[in-house]
Amino acid sequence: MQSETPTMYDADETDAQAPPVRDPSTAMDGRGATVNVGAVTAARPEAPAPAEAPESVFEVRELSAYYSSFRAIRDVELDIPRNRITAFIGPSGCGKSTLLRCFNRMNDLIPGAHIKGRVNYHGVDLYDSRVDAVEVRRRIGMVFQKPNPFPKSIYDNVAFGPRVAGYRGSMDELVESSLKRAAIWDEVKDKLKQPGTALSGGQQQRLCIARTIAVQPDVILMDEPCSALDPVATLKIEELMFELRTDYTILIVTHNMQQAARASDETVFLTMGDDRAGYLVEKGPTAEIFTNPRNQLTEDYVSGRFG
Amino acid sequence: MTATAQPFPPPQSATEAVEQALMGKQRDWRSTAFELALLASLLMALGILIWLLTDIFLRAVPVFQERDLFGFLTSPGSSNPLNAGIGQALLGSLLLMIFVAVLAIPIGIASAVYLEEYAADNAFTRIINTTVRNLAGVPAVVYGLLGIAVFVVLLKDWTGGPSIISGGLTLVIVVLPIVVIASAEALRAVPDPIREAGFGVGATKWEVIRSHVIPYAIPGILTGTILTIGRAFGETAPLLLVGAVTGFFSVAANAGVVERLQGPYTTLPTVIFSWSRQPRSEFRELTAAAIIVLLVLVLIINGLAIILRNRYARKW
Repeated sequence: MQSETPTMYDADETDAQAPPVRDPSTAMDGRGATVNVGAVTAARPEAPAPAEAPESVFEVRELSAYYSSFRAIRDVELDIPRNRITAFIGPSGCGKSTLLRCFNRMNDLIPGAHIKGRVNYHGVDLYDSRVDAVEVRRRIGMVFQKPNPFPKSIYDNVAFGPRVAGYRGSMDELVESSLKRAAIWDEVKDKLKQPGTALSGGQQQRLCIARTIAVQPDVILMDEPCSALDPVATLKIEELMFELRTDYTILIVTHNMQQAARASDETVFLTMGDDRAGYLVEKGPTAEIFTNPRNQLTEDYVSGRFG
Repeated sequence: MTATAQPFPPPQSATEAVEQALMGKQRDWRSTAFELALLASLLMALGILIWLLTDIFLRAVPVFQERDLFGFLTSPGSSNPLNAGIGQALLGSLLLMIFVAVLAIPIGIASAVYLEEYAADNAFTRIINTTVRNLAGVPAVVYGLLGIAVFVVLLKDWTGGPSIISGGLTLVIVVLPIVVIASAEALRAVPDPIREAGFGVGATKWEVIRSHVIPYAIPGILTGTILTIGRAFGETAPLLLVGAVTGFFSVAANAGVVERLQGPYTTLPTVIFSWSRQPRSEFRELTAAAIIVLLVLVLIINGLAIILRNRYARKW
């Protein structure tokens, strides 16, 4: 698929970009290529959030999302920086999850859902008719609100993605490195053949994260990953997100403002308009949004006065 | 001083007041009566069933005592009640079940997968869904008429007229809607987050369906289809129409597979039907014995379905 991308690139948006450090097209490219497992963990130095302005992974332009005739979000303009954690906050029903699911075309699965506008991923319009949504989801992984391990063994949960992607390296190594990366290896290494559904909620969610990173994506979308978890498990997931940030770009929807405040680099605040469509109110570095918001709505929300 | 104004006399103490409120109630006769009525209905239904079964069992006892069971199960039909057995009937029923298993189950499951996983939710699909449900409720004898028109008459060259093939295909059509409905229910029970999880790691629709949806739905699909086979096993009316032999017949010893399949056949329910109309009283006992065999077989089939369901029951 990447071989045809030059025609999809928008010249004025991508020409100036330096080649990405870990180009998404080289990680287990397409279906069938082999990949070095070690590259996942060794690719980047540990330095968090470099000072210079990072390149954008996503550029969202005039994005509106619809469920049949109902407009769920309208006119979102947004850039998502690479190797950062971007949190989406806002009251219930403001379209946070809808927006998140636009990034890997998960909304395609819902009958009647469609978008207007553009979502560029490394300069490629994700909604171009030539783009294969399956490949999009391989590169842009997703962790869901409720832990949803397959009712199969822990091993098979992790191995399914690489298998369908045609991974031909050592599956045992890949499963082990993915589970280690998701900080759950020590808890499950002796029971890889047991069903993933037998784990606790927090462990299940980390298993789902392991499953997501096993296909070596470029971006991880997290849709309220901690809403079904207790505070201890939540903290573990947050620590894990911080770890993963060195290799991945993470987008997280959260209801929990403290979580956004302590576990994200950038924050995007959305709210609902009178037409019930969600729109973007303010975006910026997390510290700024929480301590010195420019918009009154944002201030009311982050200070707990509404929503 | 306000005592006369109060609707109830003031109690002496709080304990007494609570005691009065909690324990003073009369027995609730209406609920008791309702409960008894429900129990009576249950006992009536059960009672009739038990009476019927006991009656049949008592009638069948002489057959199982006087003849050896193996002989009864294997001998062909005969006008002589001392020799008559259900061998041909069992063979015929078994062949029909093979038709149902080989044709109805794969076609039914495939239809259900298409309807549940692929078809868009539009007016056309809804009409198909409603139609399938209605077809499941159509009396089997109507399918028998269809069987005559299509398999016995129209496709005579292939089916050999009133033959096992005609009977098998008719039964396939009888059970097909039920297989589709049972399979569709099982597929619908697989939660969407599982599908999303599959798509989320970059699986295609087919990979998600093959590796996850169908495997997780299989216990439910199997339970439904096995119950369907049980129902097909006892089906009589359509088979009488498409030519199940109600007497006895002999098969040419040197007939090939195709000739046999295109030849005459009978089934267990058909034999029960025909024996019950015989004038000689010995056939009453034979009928009862054949009914016991049919009941045991259906019980085994349903038991298998229950075992499968309990063994693979999945909680989400």
